[in-house]
Amino acid sequence: MNFDFSDDQKLLRDQARKFLFDKCDRKSVRTILDDDQLHYHKELWSQISEMGWTGTAIPEEYGGLGLGMLELCVIAEELGRSLAPTPFSSSIYLFAEFIKNYGSEDQKKKFLPAIASGEKIGTFALSETNGTPKPSNVKTKFSSGKINGYKSPVSDGESADYLIIAANSDDKGNRNSLSLYIVDLHENGVNKTSLETIDPTRPACSINFENVEAELLGEQGMAWDMTENILNRAAVLYSFEQVGGAQVSLDEAKKYSMERFAFGRQIGSFQALKHKMADMYVKIELARSNAYYGAWALSTDSNELPVAAAGARVSASDAFNYAAKENIQIHGGVGFTWDYDCHLFYRRSKLLSLNIGSTRQWKENLISNLEKRNIV
Amino acid sequence: MDFNDSQQEAAFRKEARDFLEANAEKRSIISDKPNDKNPQIAVAGAPETVKGGKEAAQEALERAKVWQKKKAEAGFAAILWPKEFGGYGGSPIQQVIYSQEEHDYLVPSGYFEIGIGMLGPTMMVWGKDEDKKRYLPKMITGEEIWCQLFSEPSAGSDLAGIKMKAEKDGNEWVLNGQKVWTSGAHFADYGMIVARSDPSALKHKGLTYFYLDMKTPGIEVRPIKQISGTSNFNEVFFNDVRIPDSQRLGGEGEGWKVALTTLMNERLAVGDPPGLDFDQIFEATKELEVEDGLAIKNSEVRQKMADWYVQSRGLQYTKFRSITALSKGQTPGPELSISKLVTASKMQDVSAYALELMDSSGMVHHDQNPVLKNLFQNGYFFSAAMRIAGGTDEVLRNIIAERVLGLPQDERADKKVPFNELPSGKN
Repeated sequence: MNFDFSDDQKLLRDQARKFLFDKCDRKSVRTILDDDQLHYHKELWSQISEMGWTGTAIPEEYGGLGLGMLELCVIAEELGRSLAPTPFSSSIYLFAEFIKNYGSEDQKKKFLPAIASGEKIGTFALSETNGTPKPSNVKTKFSSGKINGYKSPVSDGESADYLIIAANSDDKGNRNSLSLYIVDLHENGVNKTSLETIDPTRPACSINFENVEAELLGEQGMAWDMTENILNRAAVLYSFEQVGGAQVSLDEAKKYSMERFAFGRQIGSFQALKHKMADMYVKIELARSNAYYGAWALSTDSNELPVAAAGARVSASDAFNYAAKENIQIHGGVGFTWDYDCHLFYRRSKLLSLNIGSTRQWKENLISNLEKRNIV
Repeated sequence: MDFNDSQQEAAFRKEARDFLEANAEKRSIISDKPNDKNPQIAVAGAPETVKGGKEAAQEALERAKVWQKKKAEAGFAAILWPKEFGGYGGSPIQQVIYSQEEHDYLVPSGYFEIGIGMLGPTMMVWGKDEDKKRYLPKMITGEEIWCQLFSEPSAGSDLAGIKMKAEKDGNEWVLNGQKVWTSGAHFADYGMIVARSDPSALKHKGLTYFYLDMKTPGIEVRPIKQISGTSNFNEVFFNDVRIPDSQRLGGEGEGWKVALTTLMNERLAVGDPPGLDFDQIFEATKELEVEDGLAIKNSEVRQKMADWYVQSRGLQYTKFRSITALSKGQTPGPELSISKLVTASKMQDVSAYALELMDSSGMVHHDQNPVLKNLFQNGYFFSAAMRIAGGTDEVLRNIIAERVLGLPQDERADKKVPFNELPSGKN
């Protein structure tokens, strides 16, 4: 059995960690937090693009490095640790994966090289209203080559050049009414409105579409199936980001608890706090192991992916949400000040656990996929 | 990443599988439902003493000894032990592989593990050559069974708080006091014991370690009835029990050091007994009806099931990570420390929730219970014990916090004071 990353992948992880430690310190993260005109860290984005991270899992023929999904998992964990304020997840886990898996040869040639080089940014839009997206609440329409409608929230929408959008191609409002389309967000009729997210380092906007030119991606009527598959793939990568963030939350709680004295001793020597941190550790280890299993399923195109991805996602959301909130608790009063970094993780943990579907939705996915697997 | 054995591992696995196939019966697919052969959830530790009466217990013991002898002859009884004491001279990964394979078969368990896993290795480190020759081979074959006499009424989580008196009388020691939670004392032939030889020394300094014959006059074993109704443990009373000084392991006052050898040799917790887990409640939810139909179709139920699924599989994959480390010849990380902590509480939550789903029939505790018989009713009681036995949840969290995370130790009131001056409450 070899249920671990390879030495090369670990080397990549060490390099990525060191790089982000230098180039993506908390000050850099805060430049995006504090300035609502900035949607991502452009300098960091061009540096990680230059190193090829954006093209990690994109084949060489389309301008990528042609490495595998395991390498992308390794990078995801490091981006999560450093709270990197970039559109990496939208552009790479979602847009690039959609094109890579479902695009025509022409579409791959057209979009992937610019995405791999970081020159262009893509994202994905499904949600239009509050609550869980489902076929019947997608009102955006496609007819005669044009999109009309509204999407919100669209992650990284303001920085994005391209968008994959789910829209109705008939009026029936069922699963097979929906198709995916690629939209150039610089086209006429695209109207973006800024939204304030709970983590401004991961921004979103709403977008109105009025007669906007669009091209079909993949098969007509297959939007829901394609989306489920790509969200499963992305869920594994998200879970690595979440595990990374959770681990740093624990590390920082631990560090503070050993520096801070109360009642004449280190607060980290009190069992109430030690047990809290032990619980963080347990959740993180479970999440890490579930994420590894997701990585295995993702990298081998296993039919376990739907179950493995949902398991990884549920476990990682639980771990990061818990670690981030208890990190504030262990810091006490300073933990809820703007100056201390605890809130950066608190914000990011909740945002990540909502971004590609809520935890409760992923729990539902997990059980329904287990039921399907049982029938098979 | 893959789940394949190396060539050597595959060869060993085949050897183990061939042996098991030829000599044992495979578990049924729903192995965890109680049935005639497997009447209760397997209990980590000794088989129960009372249920089915003394005769049934004696028969089970004989069956276990027959099985152990076969296993020993095939070389699988003590894979990690050196060949000179009758072991296989194998590696940890081989132990893991064998345990994984054996897990699929209905074989007796709970009789020999403490001896082979913990007490034998202690004797290898601290015993005299003639003792090793005399006792170790029979430990493997199951001809002689050993128990571990450590815990006392006032020495549980605080194990070094032992009060059992050991007083020297010429070439002999006289033991007086009480041990408790002793698994298998009622069928063990020998035991290893820690006792206080110098109450005026510091707590960890005044202890001495011995082995003894359980038939020595003055030893009385009484089973403890647990809330589950079964008895898996005993109280053992010592009344002027005289043993020769030659049965001392380690020096006078070195008992804590020897005890640590025992405790560090806890068996690899990979071949877990079948428990009560996600799979069992998943099955139950497909049979039980709640107000809006089958339980598994209810969204609250589904949300809870997902939580237990990720805990259950998270632990399983954590073991895969440890096995990977073993397979590469590395020491596994501290991952395994989380296993019992998660498993015990999960079992308690799963059981309690399953009873909720049964509604008022969840109250009924007998074999006619329509859903999976007594599984969840038993689990409800057994899990409460599991959160305490072998290290309480709280002790395990301390271990994770201090040894894994490196957090500071608690301030201790008992470090610098002679044992007999320590406050000890009503005891």
